Amino acid sequence: MSDMELYQGPLDVKAIFGRWLDEEAASNYGAFTPFIGTVREEGGIEALSFDIYEPVLRSWFDAWQEKARARGAKLWMAHSVGDVPVHTSSYMAAVFSPRRRVALELIEEFVEDFKANAPIWKYDVIDGRRIYAEDRSTPMEGAGVLELGKRNEE
Amino acid sequence: MVKVEFLGPIAREPMEVEADSLAELSRVLFREESIRPWLEKCAVAVNDVMVKDPNHPLKDGDRVSILPPVCGG
Repeated sequence: MSDMELYQGPLDVKAIFGRWLDEEAASNYGAFTPFIGTVREEGGIEALSFDIYEPVLRSWFDAWQEKARARGAKLWMAHSVGDVPVHTSSYMAAVFSPRRRVALELIEEFVEDFKANAPIWKYDVIDGRRIYAEDRSTPMEGAGVLELGKRNEE
Repeated sequence: MVKVEFLGPIAREPMEVEADSLAELSRVLFREESIRPWLEKCAVAVNDVMVKDPNHPLKDGDRVSILPPVCGG
């Protein structure tokens, strides 16, 4: 099983976290910090919807797995593709670590960088229409690399 | 020719462009009305590797992905 899982629709949180626990049952880690993101009912949405660019997500995740390994820890992650109704979950991550300090710090760093740099696009679903969540979205690291063209046009 | 694909909410079909650097490609893209408003906020991957050099060289057959602002979770 892969350490980064993508699912069509909402995540089965209990089953997925249960599998991660089983996978690491004999790994001798002492601290697990799961993070679970669930879709809240607000702004009249019926669901959130997600597009993912998997090749770049994979290399982003692999780089983080390498950072975790250097600190003796291991990462797991799952994310939804497509529609995820309110009160269901779209995102799970977990750090498994020998000690609590690394687990607590790493889950925060990982989730924050995930928000800023994972190639995932979010849409509100209202009356069956998908609306890009532009005001909640952040330009990725390296955004603006196409500026030269603009300068030339001006 | 390089193939340019627009990801996520940029509603636009892929296009083939003659360009030997990212700088040259960006000049072509800024001429396109429908994508111009996106470009300053976008990051770029060439053959699925993120690129930060505005003068990054491009060669025939390269695949360039344009990545608009993100929000996972």
